[in-house]
This record gives sequence, structure tokens and C-alpha cells, in this order.
Amino acid sequence: MKRNILFALMVACLAFALPARAQLVIEITSGSDQLLPIAVVPFGYSGASPLPEDVAGIVDADLQRSGVFETIPRANMLSLPSTSENVFYRDWRLLKADYVLVGSVSNNGNGTYRISYELLNVLTQARVGKREALDVKPSNFRDAAHFISDKVYEQLTGIRGAFSTRILYVTAEGNKAAPTYKLQVADADGYRPQVIVSSKEPILSPSWSRDGRKIAYVMFRNRRPSIFIQELATGKQQQLTQFRGLNGAPAWSPDGKKLALVLSKDNNPEVYTLDIATRQLERMTNHYSIDTEPSWEPDGNGIIFTSDRGGNPQIYRVDVRTKNVERITFEGELNTRARLTPDGRYLVTVQKNDGNYHVALQDMNTGRVQVLTETYLDESPSIAPNGSMVMYATSDRGKGILSVVSVDGLVKYRLPSADGDVREPAWSPYFN
Amino acid sequence: MSVTKLGKFAVIGLSAAWLAGCSTTASDSDTSSMTSEGSEASSTDSTYAAGEDGSLNSVIVDDQAAAQTSADLLAGVATVFYFDFDKSVVRPEAREALAKHAQFLMENPSARIVLEGHADERGTREYNMALGERRAKAIMRYLTIQGVPAAQIETVSFGEEVPVAFGHDSSSWQLNRRVEVRYE
Repeated sequence: MKRNILFALMVACLAFALPARAQLVIEITSGSDQLLPIAVVPFGYSGASPLPEDVAGIVDADLQRSGVFETIPRANMLSLPSTSENVFYRDWRLLKADYVLVGSVSNNGNGTYRISYELLNVLTQARVGKREALDVKPSNFRDAAHFISDKVYEQLTGIRGAFSTRILYVTAEGNKAAPTYKLQVADADGYRPQVIVSSKEPILSPSWSRDGRKIAYVMFRNRRPSIFIQELATGKQQQLTQFRGLNGAPAWSPDGKKLALVLSKDNNPEVYTLDIATRQLERMTNHYSIDTEPSWEPDGNGIIFTSDRGGNPQIYRVDVRTKNVERITFEGELNTRARLTPDGRYLVTVQKNDGNYHVALQDMNTGRVQVLTETYLDESPSIAPNGSMVMYATSDRGKGILSVVSVDGLVKYRLPSADGDVREPAWSPYFN
Repeated sequence: MSVTKLGKFAVIGLSAAWLAGCSTTASDSDTSSMTSEGSEASSTDSTYAAGEDGSLNSVIVDDQAAAQTSADLLAGVATVFYFDFDKSVVRPEAREALAKHAQFLMENPSARIVLEGHADERGTREYNMALGERRAKAIMRYLTIQGVPAAQIETVSFGEEVPVAFGHDSSSWQLNRRVEVRYE
């Protein structure tokens, strides 16, 4: 079995010309005690050639990380059915599984494989939804697995799954005094990392367009920052701003036409919007204090941003049309770099209390604030497109790592990097 | 400081003009005793004045020579200035070195500096970009008050992206909260 996996990894390496080893290794650090128990049975396969990936294993890991499920360890399984006809529900009741996912893989002989799966309810002994089948190329096994995870998650929670999404992040590798900065994109589980840009000068603030096709980021060139946008599919890069002073914090508008950004060309940091097609700038804020870290409301009517106009940095909202500004955070010594959940219900900030920086969640309806994390030097929170989880950067034994916490604060896991500092995560939108 | 400096230039300018006038008067007059005494005095003074005057002129005419003289001014002068946490106030101990940078920049109008502001790792990255810029601007303001034209100064912030100390403690943070003066 182990040999098969090794061989499968080698095949995968050849197929993708990419490291199949995950750069980020997931460690579950704590969990809720109200998780839904599910058994993801290894998918049946009778072919001679090894499979590129263990589909059920990927689904199991996805669901385990979701903050909703608790998966039954394979070692405890009493039987390994691959279709509903072969399921003995008694076996799963003994293991206290509420649901069972079974499936199988077969070689179509034309370079593709058929992956079929069924989700079963142990209590009712009935299938949830239909038996589904996917025909995929070997290079798409991980995509197929994340697709199945999304389906299971949605069928059992009513919320769209976010396992098929991706993350952007920045790594700093090598000599600390002169590192190489890399902007990378990977699957949401950290697998299949690809370097988008590599530079000896700093890269920060990656941001996705709402359709997931383009990204914006800040990169230094000749010791000065500029905002760049780039098409992921073609790699086509465009330098968008190069004003004197700050060129920072790009954030794509919901309609994809504008970027909110920060410039200090008129003396101090102000939030502007830039129409990408016409290059027209519109100033949103006008205050001698620091105004930065803009982020759009889901409907595009307002931009939330950080300002120290009240003394300490707090979160404010500016109305895009009237330019009226109102303060929206009041708890904590300071609040910075806010992001709203896709439904606009919760505001996630980096909050400082007693000298510690943590990710906090503010209910926009009730104003109630909950500190979600207890790690060290937390920053850059980014919310999954289904609003279920927040990925953020933190520090562990002097090294920058990414960590994830569920919006209820109950489930936490880390994605420590194999080497170098990892920072500035940006969770993608849905791709379709 | 700048007032004193301007005053000194004004005095030298005046004395040069006065000497010029004086020597004209002297050449016009024909008394040998006066000439000898006058020429002694004027030659010493004019040599001194010419030297000062020459360097004053050379600021405009001969950049290289001036740069050489002025470069000595910056020998051993600090180029990194530190700040308190979340503050952008120029510390008193920075003033002497900044005055020397100001003098150099005023004596070399073609010289350009970039003030590179930095923050420690605490707080969010883009906020720290703004904080680093605020520190660079504080140094810039100090220099412009000394009389340095703003056109000679550019401010750039690196936020927390380029630390020089890599610990996660107050001594490292102190070293990272800084503005570096870089001559272009």
C-alpha cells in the first residue's frame, strides 16, 4: 500500500511536473465536540495500474478540516464496501457514524477514470441524493475529490462547500537578510502549489478578482512599491500604479471593474478607487490620519477601511457615493484590516488586546465581538467564500505559518510550511 | 541651526564684497604704507574669503569638488534613525546627525535622498506600510525645516517587510522601527 502511494506520487510528479508533496502540511489543533460523524470508505478499485491519488483520502481530509465533520479512522472500519448494496449498516452504527460515503474508481481505458460515489444515511439506511459518477483524467483526481467533498458538505449542511477553492499566499525563503519572496497559489488544502511571481524585493497584499481569474498584489521594484494585476491563466502581468509614496492594499470591487487601493501621492495615506479600464482615480477618504486596508462590502456600496483618525486604528466605513464616513468598531485597543463575510453579517478584524494581536469576529447585527484565535502575532485574515472559515497568518516558534479557524471559533487547524515563512493568505472566490 | 548657517554665509558674502570694495579702494589709493598694510590684511582675508567663496561658488559650478568636501561632512554620520512603538517622533539624539545630512543636502542641491521607513512585525502589514511612511515623513519634515528643499527628498515605506533584526522580542523590534537614509 505504502509502495503504491509512493509510486502514485512519482507518477503524479511526472504528470504535473510539479511537486506532489504538499508544501503546507495540515495539523488539526483543536475541534468542536459537536461534529457530525461520517465514514469515508476507501474507494474500491480493481485495476492493475496504481491510481494517481487516493480520492477517498482527500475527501476524508477535506471533511475533517471543514469544522463540521468528524471522520471515522480507516483503521477502525469493520468492512470496506464500495457500493450501497454492500453496506452493512450495523457495522457503521457500531462506529457511531451518522453517514457513510462509499465509492469506486474504474479505468475507462481512454486515459480517463470513472469515479462513482454514494452518500448514505446510517439511521434511515437510505441514499442521500443520487449515485453520482465523474469521468476524470489522472491529473484531475484531486479536483474530483474536492468536488465530491463540496457535494457531501452541501448535502449535509445546506451550505456550499469551499473545498474546490484555492489560496494565494506569499513565502519568504532563504537567507533572512536577503530572502526570495514568492507569490504562490495552491489548492485550499495547500496541495499543488505554483509560484506566480518570484522576486528579491517584497511582495504583499494579494487579492482575488471576484471571478477568480485575476489577482492584484503589491510588489517592490527598484525599492519602490507598485500595484500589479495579473491574469492567472496566461500569466499576463500589468503594472497598474507607480505613484510616489504608498501604492498599497489593492482590493477588487464586486463588479470586477475597480480596485480600492491606498495611495499617499497627495501627502498621506488615503483610500481611492481606480477604474481599471479608464484608469480614473476617485478619492474616497480625506483625512490627515492613516486611512488604509480597504475592503468592499459585498454589494459594492461601501468600503470598509482602517483609520487612526480617532487616535488608535479602528475600522470605518465610507459610502462610495456620498463619501460619508462612519466608525464601525469600538471594542479592543485597536482593530485593523477588516474583511466582511460574503453575506455581510460578520466583520473579521485583527484586534489588539493587552498587547496581543488576534483575529476577532464582530456580528454586524448585534455588535457582539468574539476573539477567535489565541495564536501569536495574528494578521491578514481571509474568509472562505462560503463564510465558514477564516484563514490567517500567524507566528509559530519564530516562523510565519498559515492557520485556519472556523467562524464559530471551535475548529482550528494549521498549515505549517515545509520551509520559509508563509504569510498573506487570500482565499479565492468560487470559480464558477 | 539653519539660521546660524545662513548667517555665516551672509557674513562671508558681505566680507567678500567688502574686501572687493576695499581692494578697489586700495588700488585706487597710492600710499605704499597703506598698500603694504592693506595688502597684508587683504591678502590673508581674501585668501580665506576666496576659499570660502570658491566653495560657495563650486556648489553651483563644480559639483564634484563640493561633493568631496561635503562628503567628509557625512563621514561617520548616522544614516539609521530609530522610533518608539507606534510613534513617528524624531528622537532628540537624531538631531545632530540629521543636521549634518541637511547641511550636505543644502550644499549639494543635486544630491537626492530616499528616506526608507520601516516598522516592526507587530500589527498588520498595510497598516505598517503607512506607519513606515509616517516615520519617513517625520524625518523629511525635520530636514525641510532645516532648509532642505523637498524636491531633494523622497519617502518610501517598506512597512514590516524588510527587518534587520530577526528576533521576536523588544530588542529586535526596536532595531526594526527605523528610517534609513539612502543617497541615490
